[in-house]
Amino acid sequence: MATHARTAADKADFKRELTGVVPHLRAFARGLCGRPDLADDLVQEALLKAWAAQDRFEPGTSMRAWTFVILRNAYLTDMRRNRFRGEYDEGVAERILTAPAGQEEPIHLSDMHRALLTLPPERREALLLVGAGGFSYEEAAEICGCAVGTIKSRVGRARAALSTMLEDGSIPQRSTDDQAAHRAILEELDQVAAGNGVAAKV
Amino acid sequence: MATARENGKSAASDKAAAGAKAGKPDWADGLRQLYDAVVEEPLPDNFKDLLAKLDRKS
Repeated sequence: MATHARTAADKADFKRELTGVVPHLRAFARGLCGRPDLADDLVQEALLKAWAAQDRFEPGTSMRAWTFVILRNAYLTDMRRNRFRGEYDEGVAERILTAPAGQEEPIHLSDMHRALLTLPPERREALLLVGAGGFSYEEAAEICGCAVGTIKSRVGRARAALSTMLEDGSIPQRSTDDQAAHRAILEELDQVAAGNGVAAKV
Repeated sequence: MATARENGKSAASDKAAAGAKAGKPDWADGLRQLYDAVVEEPLPDNFKDLLAKLDRKS
């Protein structure tokens, strides 16, 4: 399967870089699917896929971006299988999302996480990549396999929606109550996943 | 979105968002915190196990 054999040193390099991005994969996955246990499952799946595909990684390019593409594709696949339903684990969120000490009563992070999870997946991931992961619009566009303008628009809409929810305190309880909306999201995901061959570009 | 800056505590933090006009909303730092909080978690053992196993499969 490999076009050219990699040396042990190549593999060691790859392994070291892959290990280094695991915390970022976990953070991205948790933002995407909300549940820490499912997020970690997703990361493990992505790690195995990345390892299997390591010949396709170009040394010197961004391991974080490359693995995010793999993680994202795994997420989209699982989403279509209905594995994630935007479930929200209140207790876990409270434990994880405690604001740093000394900060006086900011927006409750758990509210924010819940609001985040109500966003359509493609806007949520765009906001996560740019607003949390620190990717540029260009990098996020490559990861998502879409135009830079599309990413900008998704981030803008996501920000506007979050602002509205957080400032009005109007955070919906569940994102998937509305079956029609849910289906529309899944259809959109199909297009996103199928259309723009993502990998390789990074 | 006007007077968010009167609590000047985050004035120093650099705003990377190109094109985000007139300052980020109050929650923007929270988004980053959500992410960073997970990044800073110690890696669970099952990840260490998995990574160790990768080598053996080679």
